[in-house]
Amino acid sequence: MHNTLTLKQAISKLKNKELTHKDLYQAVSDSVQGKNKKLNVYLTVSKNPEKQAEELLDTPLAGVPIAVKDNFCTLNLRTTASSTVLDNFIPQFESTVITKLKKAGGVVYGKTNMDAWAHGSSTETSQYGRTLNPRNIDHLPGGSSGGSAAAVAADMCIAALGTETAGSIRQPAAWCGVVGLKPTYGRCSRYGVVAMASSTDSPGPITKTVEDAAILLNHIAGPDKYDATTGPHGVPDFTQYIGKGVKGLKIGYIYKDLKGLEAVTKIFEKEMKVFEKLGATVTVVDAMNPRYGISVYTIVQRGEVSSNLGRYDGIRYGNDRSHFGDEAKRRIMLGTYTLSKGYADQYYNTAQKVRTLYIKNYEELFKTYDVLIAPTSPGFAKKIGATQGAAMFGELEDLLLEASSLSGLPGISIPCYQDPKTNLFLGMNIIAPMWREDLVIQVADAYEQATNWNTWRTKEKAKK
Amino acid sequence: METITTEKNTYKLVCGMEIHAELKTNSKMFCGCKNDPFGAKQPNIYTCPVCLGMPGGLPVANKTAIEWTIKVGLALGCKINLFSKFDRKNYFYPDLAKAYQISQYDLPFCYDGVVETSYGPVRITRIHLEEDTGKLQHTTINGKKVSLIDYNRSSVPLMEIVSEPDIHSPEQAKEYAKKIRDLLRYLEVADCDMDQGGMRLEANISLAEKSAQKLPNYKVEVKNINSFRFAEQAITYEMDRQAKILDDGKTPVQETRGFDSVKISTFSQRTKEDAEDYRYFPDPDLPPITFTQKQIDAMRNELPELIIEKISRWEKEFAVEPRYSNLLIDSTQTAQLLEEAFTTLQKNNQEPNKLANVLANKKLAFEKTVEKLVQKFSELFATDTVPESEILSVINSIMEANPDAVAKYKAGQKQVVGFFMGQTLRAIGKKIDTKELTKLLQQELEK
Amino acid sequence: MKKTPNITKKQIQHIANLANIPITQTEQKKLQTAFEETLNTIAELQSVDISNVEPTHQVTGLTNILREDIVNIDNMFTQKQALANAKQTHNGYFVVPRIIEEK
Repeated sequence: MHNTLTLKQAISKLKNKELTHKDLYQAVSDSVQGKNKKLNVYLTVSKNPEKQAEELLDTPLAGVPIAVKDNFCTLNLRTTASSTVLDNFIPQFESTVITKLKKAGGVVYGKTNMDAWAHGSSTETSQYGRTLNPRNIDHLPGGSSGGSAAAVAADMCIAALGTETAGSIRQPAAWCGVVGLKPTYGRCSRYGVVAMASSTDSPGPITKTVEDAAILLNHIAGPDKYDATTGPHGVPDFTQYIGKGVKGLKIGYIYKDLKGLEAVTKIFEKEMKVFEKLGATVTVVDAMNPRYGISVYTIVQRGEVSSNLGRYDGIRYGNDRSHFGDEAKRRIMLGTYTLSKGYADQYYNTAQKVRTLYIKNYEELFKTYDVLIAPTSPGFAKKIGATQGAAMFGELEDLLLEASSLSGLPGISIPCYQDPKTNLFLGMNIIAPMWREDLVIQVADAYEQATNWNTWRTKEKAKK
Repeated sequence: METITTEKNTYKLVCGMEIHAELKTNSKMFCGCKNDPFGAKQPNIYTCPVCLGMPGGLPVANKTAIEWTIKVGLALGCKINLFSKFDRKNYFYPDLAKAYQISQYDLPFCYDGVVETSYGPVRITRIHLEEDTGKLQHTTINGKKVSLIDYNRSSVPLMEIVSEPDIHSPEQAKEYAKKIRDLLRYLEVADCDMDQGGMRLEANISLAEKSAQKLPNYKVEVKNINSFRFAEQAITYEMDRQAKILDDGKTPVQETRGFDSVKISTFSQRTKEDAEDYRYFPDPDLPPITFTQKQIDAMRNELPELIIEKISRWEKEFAVEPRYSNLLIDSTQTAQLLEEAFTTLQKNNQEPNKLANVLANKKLAFEKTVEKLVQKFSELFATDTVPESEILSVINSIMEANPDAVAKYKAGQKQVVGFFMGQTLRAIGKKIDTKELTKLLQQELEK
Repeated sequence: MKKTPNITKKQIQHIANLANIPITQTEQKKLQTAFEETLNTIAELQSVDISNVEPTHQVTGLTNILREDIVNIDNMFTQKQALANAKQTHNGYFVVPRIIEEK
């Protein structure tokens, strides 16, 4: 059962020689062998990953197995972005985040399924078949980092990496009942990550606990000379914000009265009281209506996608453009249309202006509040097949996240409720100003420690 | 040729040019790959994830290329945008690895400059910086017609200089383009090797009725011009072609044409309408670039003396004729060498213009150092020491042999001195100072 | 902002050509429907007042992130690496079916 260890526990046990790499990798391997056929989490698994792991004991991550979303280019390890366009693509180079991960002693255990090109919030658009939600296999894991979230939820790894453009880390984390941290745009390098929407793509950790997310973020964050949009900001040790509590913090509760959210709000309101008990003040505040975020995001993302996916022509690598799936074709074409002569002003430029309004609105709110909190998603994980014929499925599921993603803000989704009947989770989304992952981690950790929704924390507490 | 007259009408040329020049930075525009496409011994040896358009490759702009663009702009009297950015120009072609070219759309680094030509000023609309594409080669392999792609040139910095339609003759087009090349070489930012495609010319050509005030309502873009002579020829050809169409009461089709340097004609290259929409948008991967006025002023102060300024100063200080200077200055290095050589010669009471003359007429080659150059120059004009008595005896014997010529001189035909000079030099068979010889000849003939 | 335009099949084909995406007749029809659904949704932006608002293209506010002009051999591919994933190569070149001679 070593595969059920958190990142913190695994590192500590390995270092204290309470656990060998062999046993750890055997446990993970057993878990993958037992579940992958059904859940379809991993598209590719590294050959003998434990071999390299043994030599990494003295590194910060001590050689733990990490599941990596299949849109990170991994040297000599197939990378498909879940599209048959890249069916046989073996990168000759490594993404910066993976370089950093390896340097810190993380081992790429395998590459996880995702929505093809990260287009979607279900993992159903993968051209290698959908992934199922390990909490309830009749349901979707969310997406686009659905494979990574499912790998964590099913203990098929110790921790995972995903990427988010607008919800792709936090929404699957919420649906799978795990922790998903979307860092500030520019905190983690995009170099070598298959580009989706360049102005919002953010790599980040998907983990079992908030503390695990802090540990992993420590090792993948920081400026990169190969990505001009990474900020020069120094990387603090994020684990120092674990256990700090929320006493005296001002929390803004947004989207409470949003239409269509009534059922979720009923549960959520109760959870917000936890913060008051912990000594924070919680105020219900109005934020700019998130529904325009759908449109802004749709226009900006489709536009950037149409340009970013132009390079896949089958000449230098991969297969030709006829291999794109329906969703990619739709997005490429819509973006081509909204950027084309006579329409760019009506769509693209308008969208970028509304984006400014969201940024200003957040700036205003953060003058008063340390963090803003809302549900991650408007509901529980949807049933498999739910995306069929719904061209805007992802955008609607990510309604509560798009505006903050477009603004570049850091956010985290943590489990805040589990339905005893379906086993499915709801997520709580905590956002903070640019470069303030510390606040996000501090507040999320305080809640996680004070409640029993996090499966691994609860188990840990029970042992004590 | 400013106008073209047919049986029906007289037309004037309205022409603007777009000049592309590859900058000779060490590394490429948006990645650290070596920038040496012409020197590469093999195809595809100077590539990386960025210029090969791999998934996740990201551009980072080359600081030097930007500074050089500003430098050229300032030298052409341009204004500089204190806020500029890079945009994506989207189109599909196998030599364009990313399916978009990073270029500048609405905020180029430089705008509103001017180039003075002997036919009048040509205004510069804008100068922007972008990246070059890979290179295609067409061949047949195993009976199959294929195109080969080499990405060594992919993402090499490319400067584009766009002029207003101020060019009114093929000769002016040639002079304008040459001046741009000379400047880029002089500033040492580009080699402008036209044979290799290091500098490429495009002309936007149209004709207007001689008295017309407004610009014509069409223009024909002629691409792939890789020499100054071809630019002249292409424009002349187009003037003829377009005049015939206009004579028939029609408007030439607005299109892109290529230049055939063998047939000396242009041919239609019309592409599909679909390819014309470039869907420009700001590149999200590249943060904008800003300058303060102070920075721009400092860059202006650091500019070397411009060619035109130097030529007139040399004329004043060294009495060097501008026609020689114009031919000789092709880089700051040569200019520096000449400047020092001229100064040395002047100190030695030698004529700098003489050096300019022999260099321009290729009677003397450039040397690496000033010392060597001055030495070679002096050697060229060095004279052997021949005793005056020996010269006098030769002169006298020639005079005796040519009494008719002596008579002519005495009758006032002073130019026969030249005849005696030639005869004397030949007879002596050594280099002697011609000034001294003239004096001696006059002295003897006057006797 | 104008009202949502109707998208014709001809337009869909034109966009497909621009985007270099081969599509079938059936796809053309499906795309037409999807386009309409999406365009209807994003038409919502018509109701937002954006007068005097500057667009945001990048959220970091960074400027002048430039590279010194130094050759970085570490990141360069060998010819073999560059060609490693290509379907067809010839003497160090990438190969494509012959395209028209000129652009």
